[in-house]
Amino acid sequence: MLTDQDRRLLKLIAQDCRLKPEELSIQTGLSPDYVRSRISEWEKDKVIVGYQPMINWARTGEEKVTALIEVRVLPQRGYGFDKIAKRLQKYPEITSLFLMSGGFDLALLVEGKTMQDVALFVAEKLAPHEHVQSTATHFLLRRYKQDGVELMGEEETIQRLVVSP
Amino acid sequence: MKKYLASHVATLPPSGIRKFFDLVATMKDVISLGVGEPDFVTPWTIRESGIFSLEQGQTMYTSNAGLFELREELSHHLSRTLGLSYAPLDEILITTGASEAVDLVMRAVLDAGDVVLVPDPSYVSYAPCAILAGASVRFVPTLAKDDFRLRVEELDKVYTPKAKLLVLSFPNNPTGAIMTREDLLPIAEFVEKHNLLVLADDIYSDLTYDGTHVSFASLPGMRDRTLFVSGFSKSYAMTGWRIGYVAGNAHLIGGMTKIHQYTMLCAPIMGQISALEALRSATDAKNDMVTEYDRRRRLMVHGFRQMGLDCFEPLGAFYVFPDISKTRLSSEEFAEQLLKSEKVAVVPGTAFGPSGEGHIRCSYAYSTEQLLEALKRITRFVEQRLANL
Repeated sequence: MLTDQDRRLLKLIAQDCRLKPEELSIQTGLSPDYVRSRISEWEKDKVIVGYQPMINWARTGEEKVTALIEVRVLPQRGYGFDKIAKRLQKYPEITSLFLMSGGFDLALLVEGKTMQDVALFVAEKLAPHEHVQSTATHFLLRRYKQDGVELMGEEETIQRLVVSP
Repeated sequence: MKKYLASHVATLPPSGIRKFFDLVATMKDVISLGVGEPDFVTPWTIRESGIFSLEQGQTMYTSNAGLFELREELSHHLSRTLGLSYAPLDEILITTGASEAVDLVMRAVLDAGDVVLVPDPSYVSYAPCAILAGASVRFVPTLAKDDFRLRVEELDKVYTPKAKLLVLSFPNNPTGAIMTREDLLPIAEFVEKHNLLVLADDIYSDLTYDGTHVSFASLPGMRDRTLFVSGFSKSYAMTGWRIGYVAGNAHLIGGMTKIHQYTMLCAPIMGQISALEALRSATDAKNDMVTEYDRRRRLMVHGFRQMGLDCFEPLGAFYVFPDISKTRLSSEEFAEQLLKSEKVAVVPGTAFGPSGEGHIRCSYAYSTEQLLEALKRITRFVEQRLANL
């Protein structure tokens, strides 16, 4: 279980991973040494698994296509969802992979340069996979919000008085 | 036309903040740390319920005391969070902001000639409301050496038998001071001994950074002597919705309701409906805001201490109140010169009462980027000033 302090620290890092340990220390009231050692523990324990900027590729003009693919699999004795997922996740085209409840088993996010790329990946790699029973591909048309960040729409402009009691 | 103004209005001094506001308004590109309201927009679930209420055509008056559902939910909320017990039927009155509640308390309980004891420094409205109600005010200094807590020794010094009402405003604007249970107990004794009423302005009670707020009304024997004032503006970032409330003894609340029904009729219904939603489902959003204020608070205290200034660690509200006397400038001089040379607006401590001299109030209801830039500029200003002494 996380302590309140650790939770605060992790949330801050999740909000802005550019903050240096000294800055994190000032903003949490924890000592810089504690912050440093905690972060390296979390890195070692795979609690912190990476530091990535969030990029809105749609605004760069780069060609990029994402599809959400529903996959139904045939789990076999001694070969459950985890093992299948472990093999599937090796494909670099698959950027996210989740086990789902409901009408299908695995949800995949697949990225490619073009729709053709994605279609080829599904036809040649995914569908013929020995454990895959069926796939349904949904192409992503527009990202409105991702990881808590609103990507579309107008920014809310706050107009406060400059001085108020 | 001046002669037409009633004399007690004509002689009422304008707010110290107003003067400073006018000065800032003439300048461009100012970074302001002068704002006494959250920088967050009201959480979406609350806004959405306001929008929905309009779509449903809920645009009418409510009962004078406010929507019963809201009073009922508030009654539960106060019991759960602060251990207070008020009957929704006749012990809670919904007002148009806590500001109206402060005014109602003063007008309902004060007679001409009564004296109100007001902590100094504190929010700008208490003294004028008392004066408008025909009473007069004695300021009770709260001192940096006491962490700006109210002490009985200071109360004793200004006490007069005409005193009828004591204002308690903790967590405090502008100092950020809080009062623990141990700090409040002697005050309760003082109140009992002198048979006083208390206006407890607990508007910042959700914004505390070291333990939970203790309400004066929860102390033994103090419930019926206390008029508990609070609202939704600070906790839920709802300043513009104008919803506050006062809770207390039914007899006193009844008096306030009489004034309220003739002067305000009721608080805006859209705000009341949204406030109900705030109580029901915005606790997480509120807690997230508190966490964010806490981190900025630490940033600000660190920033001022790095400059070599004494800075009391605020444990509530969203202000820091650093001591700028080392610069040998008065609060007003400091604020004016800082504004002119570095374009940073802070509020002179004296805007909140004479004991605010030697301090400035800086709000940290701003983004980290703005705070860091402001600290950089203030540091430059203070360093130059100290080097030239």
